[in-house]
Amino acid sequence: MTVESTAARTPRRTSGGKRAGGKTATKAAKTAQAQAAEPELVQLLTPEGKRVEHPDYAIDLSADELRGLYKDMVLTRQFDAEAIALQRQGELGLWPSLLGQEAAQIGSGRATKDDDYVFPTYREHGVAWCRGVEPKNLLGMFRGVNNGGWDPNSNNFHLYTIVIGSQALHATGYAMGITKDGADSAVVAYFGDGASSQGDVMEGFNFAAVYNAPVVFFCQNNQWAISEGNEKQFRVPLFQRAQGFGFPGVRVDGNDVLAVLAVTRAALERARRGEGPMLIEAFTYRMGAHTTSDDPTKYRRDEEREAWEAKDPILRLRTYLLAEGLADEAFFSELEAESEAFGKKVREAVRSMEDPDMMAIFENVYADGSALVDEERAQFAAYQASFADGEGK
Amino acid sequence: MTTMTTDARFREFKMPDVGEGLTEAEILKWYVQPGDTVTDGQVVCEVETAKAAVELPIPYDGVVHELRFPEGTTVDVGQVIISVDVAPGSGPAQTPAAAAAPEASAAPASEAPAAEAAEAAEPEGRQPVLVGYGVSQSSTKRRARKEAPGVPAQESGAPAGTYYASPAAAAVQAELNGHGSAAAAPPAARPMAKPPVRKLAKDLGVDLATVTPSGPDGVITREDVHAAVAPAPEAAPVSRETTAAPQAPVQAAPVAAGARETRIPVKGVRKATAAAMVGSAFTAPHVTEFVTVDVTRTMKLVEELKSDKDMQGLRVNPLLLIAKALLVAIKRNPDVNAAWDEAAQEIVLKHYVNLGIAAATPRGLIVPNIKDAHDKTLPELASALGELVSTAREGKTTPAAMQSGTVTITNVGVFGVDTGTPILNPGESAILAVGAIKLQPWVHKGKVKPRQVMTLALSFDHRLVDGELGSKVLADIAAVLEQPKRLITWA
Repeated sequence: MTVESTAARTPRRTSGGKRAGGKTATKAAKTAQAQAAEPELVQLLTPEGKRVEHPDYAIDLSADELRGLYKDMVLTRQFDAEAIALQRQGELGLWPSLLGQEAAQIGSGRATKDDDYVFPTYREHGVAWCRGVEPKNLLGMFRGVNNGGWDPNSNNFHLYTIVIGSQALHATGYAMGITKDGADSAVVAYFGDGASSQGDVMEGFNFAAVYNAPVVFFCQNNQWAISEGNEKQFRVPLFQRAQGFGFPGVRVDGNDVLAVLAVTRAALERARRGEGPMLIEAFTYRMGAHTTSDDPTKYRRDEEREAWEAKDPILRLRTYLLAEGLADEAFFSELEAESEAFGKKVREAVRSMEDPDMMAIFENVYADGSALVDEERAQFAAYQASFADGEGK
Repeated sequence: MTTMTTDARFREFKMPDVGEGLTEAEILKWYVQPGDTVTDGQVVCEVETAKAAVELPIPYDGVVHELRFPEGTTVDVGQVIISVDVAPGSGPAQTPAAAAAPEASAAPASEAPAAEAAEAAEPEGRQPVLVGYGVSQSSTKRRARKEAPGVPAQESGAPAGTYYASPAAAAVQAELNGHGSAAAAPPAARPMAKPPVRKLAKDLGVDLATVTPSGPDGVITREDVHAAVAPAPEAAPVSRETTAAPQAPVQAAPVAAGARETRIPVKGVRKATAAAMVGSAFTAPHVTEFVTVDVTRTMKLVEELKSDKDMQGLRVNPLLLIAKALLVAIKRNPDVNAAWDEAAQEIVLKHYVNLGIAAATPRGLIVPNIKDAHDKTLPELASALGELVSTAREGKTTPAAMQSGTVTITNVGVFGVDTGTPILNPGESAILAVGAIKLQPWVHKGKVKPRQVMTLALSFDHRLVDGELGSKVLADIAAVLEQPKRLITWA
């Protein structure tokens, strides 16, 4: 275990009493060792489906809760697969797949409470599911028939943020507001390994640290920033970066839904207690393409994907549920049927979406209107009217 | 095909845009054949776009009725690629067309529109691109325009690249069609100009609608606005025609099909060349002198050197000996190898010669130079010259190779002309123009004989090179080329 996660467990001890110089030196040496070797990650369920304990993070879930997490992951994967197919059929403009990241998203999403606030990237379909955002709305956004998709305040789930990393600032600002309000909720800022190189993310880190803001920075390190692998992005493991900003960071097995849930719960509790921000690096893998416009075979090898397939988040929980008798075959076949029906519903929902009125794009630019927008609206209307087939298509 | 579209029993699947803004995709592989049963979401083919190879799932349950294109065909986004019989049990369908069985060359001509068939037959017509979304082969997707009074509806996609947004282009099109005028162009679009230019026009009280654009794609530039304020012919000679016809508010677009003029933005090498030539011509008072010389002996020496052991593998040509002659002349008249430093009010005498060679390259005119040419033996000079020329031809000349020249040779003779009045490379004091070597009647040893003759021209900067010095340099070069043994006696 590294110094950082020890600090996470007992944050006040480090700033507390004076320590002997020798002890500090040992600690530093340990840290150096940890940096040299591949850093340890928090794991509660091995890829083989074996339950293991961790000294810092414990979890005890009922069979119902475990099956619930499994169901969430299966339905999220089904939803994602449907969206990819719909994009391939020309029904969606684009789709960023979360395939392989189900545990990181469901585990962290289920750790949030209703009054917490979530700031996602554009890939948090599993978190959106946990927050109760209507799946249809996510698809409407990528079909281009709605303006962003949903009311952020109805589920405390902010709009998908396409700009890379800017939500770290939004989340930090929101968290600073929570402190000023004296509320006891917390915030989760999602981002990826690629966004960790953005200034916005580091600015968010620093403000959160200085203002002791109740925000959990949840980084899904899916190993690829589009076509750039980790080794081209940073020299020090991501979670260790938090140390430099003055708050703890921890790496968790992002394909282990139990570990992700336990670590995120602990980090959120910590934030709610007023102990400030924390960085969680969920070590996971993007099994699919960056988006439907990307072709990963151009920059990574099949063997890498195969190695990660063995660590599949859904498979390991299924193995565990079966081995422990926590779910039977009937549960799995029922879920399969439910999943298929859900997929069908998703397809039908998208195919029956109505195109918005072409002129609607001018409606939400200014609350009180603008002469320039009026001019553009008239111009566009005239342009549309110049076509022989009448109204815009 | 038309009967298919009206029959609800057969559902058609169109090539989707699987990237963001793609216009076409190539069918790599069909996973199904006519008669195969498919279900919603089943992958039926693999296609490759400019971005990626992806698999396409069919959105219907049913039986494959026909495949419209064979593997290897590049298909426009929006074209039907496969149709599915969604009610296969409801009686005999029309004969399924095995149009796209791998061995079939193209969809049957009777069913496919001519354009599609033509495209299927010529898949290699696609232009390769390095970046971006690829080049569209046809514009079958363009929506038809309403018929405007006086202007017949254009054939869809007839002039590829026509901008609807540009009234100028539309006006040109109308003119070409022999109908109407600019007034018949589609809705009065805003004149195109960048915000600072709009601001300038506003400040100067210029209505942009009356300004003739000269920028790319009909964009109004800062210069256009200035020209509109003070239409002085000498200020804007390029727009003289437009000022002569002020009643036409919109003139021809910069680059339109069949245009009588083509406008090329001045940039890159052309811009650098222009700046250098203007700078040189208007700061250094040029004097050019000429001499015609019998180079028969030099040509003989060239031939002998070609078979010389020391020159093996090297490029030996008259230019090499002319370069050597220039170096000898500079050695005898070192003051010509100098520069005028206006800022310091000093003349800088150079004790080295960086010999520039003007080269016409695909990128334009460049003048790389051979560093310390005065120190080089003839084989070294030949080697350096050969390297300089081949590097320039490949377009790989580095900026460093073009800096710090002291004197230049420009070989206009390769184009077959006798001579010219070269303009100095900025920062240098002399430039030698080499004309074509031609067999001409020449008085040799008291008799008229056919001799190989050429004309040399030397331009020099009269601020620091007087007529006497310049003349001596040119005469020395001529003397060496007439009697190449002087390469030894004067060296």
